Amino acid sequence: MPTATFRIWRGDAKSGAFEDYSTEVSQGMVVLDAVHDIQAKQANDLACRWNCKAGKCGSCSAEVNGMPKLMCMSRLNDLPLDKPVTIEPIKAFPLLKDLITDVSWNFEVKKKIKKFKPRPPDAADGTWRMAQEDIDRVQEFRKCIECFLCQDVCHVLRDHRKHDEFIGPRFLIYVAALEMHPLDTEDRLEELRKAHGIGYCNITKCCTKVCPENIQITDNGIIPLKERVVDDHYDPLGWIWKKLKKNR
Amino acid sequence: MPDYQTFQHDVLVIGAGGAGLRAAIEASAAGVSVGLVCKSLLGKAHTVMAEGGIAAALGNVDDRDNWKVHFADTMRGGQYVNQWRMAELHAKEAPDRVRELEAWGAVFDRTKDGRILQRNFGGHRYPRLAHVGDRTGLEMIRTLQDHGIHQGIEVYMEHTVLALLKEGERVIGAFGYERERGRFKIFRAKAIVLATGGLGRAYKITSNSWESTGDGLSLAYEAGAELIDMEFVQFHPTGMIWPPSVMGILVTEGVRGEGGILTNKDGRRFMFEQIPENYRTQTADNPEEGWRYCQGDKDARRPPELLTRDHVARCIVREIKEGRGSPHGGVYLDIAWIKEKMPNAAEHIKRKLPSMYHQFKQLADIDITEQPMEVGPTTHYAMGGIHVDADTQMSRIPGLFAAGECAAGINGANRLGGNSLSDIVVFGKRAGEFAAKFAKENSLGQIDNGKIDLVAREAVAPFENGAGENPYSIQRDLQETMQDLVGIVRNESEMRTALEKLKIFSERANRAGVVGHREFNPGWHTALDLKTLLTVSEAITRAALERKESRGAQFREDCPEKDDRFAKVNTMISKAADGSMQVRLDPLPEMPDDLKQVIEEMK
Repeated sequence: MPTATFRIWRGDAKSGAFEDYSTEVSQGMVVLDAVHDIQAKQANDLACRWNCKAGKCGSCSAEVNGMPKLMCMSRLNDLPLDKPVTIEPIKAFPLLKDLITDVSWNFEVKKKIKKFKPRPPDAADGTWRMAQEDIDRVQEFRKCIECFLCQDVCHVLRDHRKHDEFIGPRFLIYVAALEMHPLDTEDRLEELRKAHGIGYCNITKCCTKVCPENIQITDNGIIPLKERVVDDHYDPLGWIWKKLKKNR
Repeated sequence: MPDYQTFQHDVLVIGAGGAGLRAAIEASAAGVSVGLVCKSLLGKAHTVMAEGGIAAALGNVDDRDNWKVHFADTMRGGQYVNQWRMAELHAKEAPDRVRELEAWGAVFDRTKDGRILQRNFGGHRYPRLAHVGDRTGLEMIRTLQDHGIHQGIEVYMEHTVLALLKEGERVIGAFGYERERGRFKIFRAKAIVLATGGLGRAYKITSNSWESTGDGLSLAYEAGAELIDMEFVQFHPTGMIWPPSVMGILVTEGVRGEGGILTNKDGRRFMFEQIPENYRTQTADNPEEGWRYCQGDKDARRPPELLTRDHVARCIVREIKEGRGSPHGGVYLDIAWIKEKMPNAAEHIKRKLPSMYHQFKQLADIDITEQPMEVGPTTHYAMGGIHVDADTQMSRIPGLFAAGECAAGINGANRLGGNSLSDIVVFGKRAGEFAAKFAKENSLGQIDNGKIDLVAREAVAPFENGAGENPYSIQRDLQETMQDLVGIVRNESEMRTALEKLKIFSERANRAGVVGHREFNPGWHTALDLKTLLTVSEAITRAALERKESRGAQFREDCPEKDDRFAKVNTMISKAADGSMQVRLDPLPEMPDDLKQVIEEMK
């Protein structure tokens, strides 16, 4: 069997370096297979996250030859194997060890987003009716596997480290799924503008490009949300109406 | 004793898949403090991989469906060794649990009149599986996760529990470690819910992730609880087999629910050749009728591809063994053929089975709208597990509850597809409810420091062994042994050999060595998981030896028929005073007459 070299980041927040590992390559292999093989035979303590190995759980996010990817869905035959394949951790979050980063910030952000609040059931059987075409868009957003690759490439987080002011594409899509849910009655537009920092997104669409679920994050999610925020906040008639309502 | 960090909760839930999350939500809604331990990050548990749907007799697509039909289907699928009370509660409560998910934000596919759509699945008489394309598990775990995070549940991500702590008979806490820094932690609790899922990693070819090492079963067994039905391991008929790196990855039964057919290398639809007696009246006798069933014709009977998983898996093994398999040692699963029947078949397939389309396209260079898939059986699910009371989900250890795949009884000898997603929410809720009740009635116990020291010492032993045996090699050898000797086709002599080998693996596991330090060290984690894998592997093998017959998922080539002596018993496994594993046969609980009548009526 042919062999290939994998240049993997080893180390923690304090220090680290790339190390080369050579391993046999067989038909159909993905990057995660190579990492597993190296882990089992050459470096038992090589840290990486994974679960499903089928692109469904979003655990094995890493940067393969500089591109944010799920290792389990990255075929080796799509990569040039005549030179080392570099594998390194994602960059938008603090490094813990080897390919593992501390993604806990994401879980804290989600808690701050107002939860789903359905209208009371209105069908005779005590449930709701929803037409398929009215939920297609929400279902697209709900395909998200929380791999956080979109967060990784977002320059607001990756380069400008605005983690305190901006929730990132993953959670803009999360808000979009709630806001566009036919049953939801909550209003999250004010937070979107202020605490969630939607204005920071300047629609470079990097997030959409790396989404392994092909969610049209920018076009179908963020842009419509921006429009809603603008309509809500900068519409003078609406503004007067809201003031009047508040004072009543 | 070193000063370990200690946490305190009324209820501690171990495992954060569907069952664990649902239990945690229920317990915290009852007003008690809840801790939730997960082996991975929150939302990544094995539930996320469930594809086809959640079985519940909503009757949205076929109004002849109701809990009685679902109950009878479940019992028939389980070959009547199920715990009837669990099957009854499950069938009755599943519809409410599905509606509750919708109220918490889940967005299921819809019928034309806007209700929750349901699809056909193996062993279910009517279209019964509420679903979201073929990513139903993701929808469920995300819904539960997003609901749960607003409930004040304390989540401990990337933690693994090594032992349960007891005071007298009662369970009062758990001891484990966090992966990030490798530090030990003590969890004190008044009640504990185990929801650790399956044990597929005991086998080489499996649809299960690294997490599924039977932790909960092993923890409960060591603490004195009983395991039931351990011989019944479900081999899902359709896993990917080519290329080698994807071997075992699940191909949803939804493919067959949407009209997919199984063929051998000669193009023959072999499932028509052998239809079990107790399904004959419900099964189509020609392809045309089967297709009409998949299209919702209420007068048609279901195609034989939708027979129960144990049967379909065995038919596939037969075809392969008799030389009629596909080039890579499987059979063909073909959904592309429906283009003969439908004008827009390719679009339909992509809409109904998006992740299957994606999975084959990306990992196997196969376009399932054009070509057949190559598939073969993969270890998928443990019907066996911790024996619990059907109503409360409490084991025989006071304060120790279990729910979901790690608990057992509802499925009997074979689980119907879709029944696990309903199982986890029905019994997750019950476990949470009764654990909270138990916690309110009991106080915290006293931690035994001696026990903790012992577990901690054992846990760090691999570091002292240094360059001992590679834990990954031991794990691989164990998986190969279980695959070869205690797999789909079993016999006594091979299983005796397996027991001998397990003994050797156990000695090797004691010598397992780990390099590096305790911070996020997968080698160490793998070494620690060997113990639970060895326990569940031995339990499967001993129970399979004890059941000297073929029933459901257990096929013994040395006892190929069903045997009445085993028709009304369950195998029970427990730890004897001398530390050895004991097996005994227990009579099934007597089913009340009204339920017997339900089963008669549905025959």
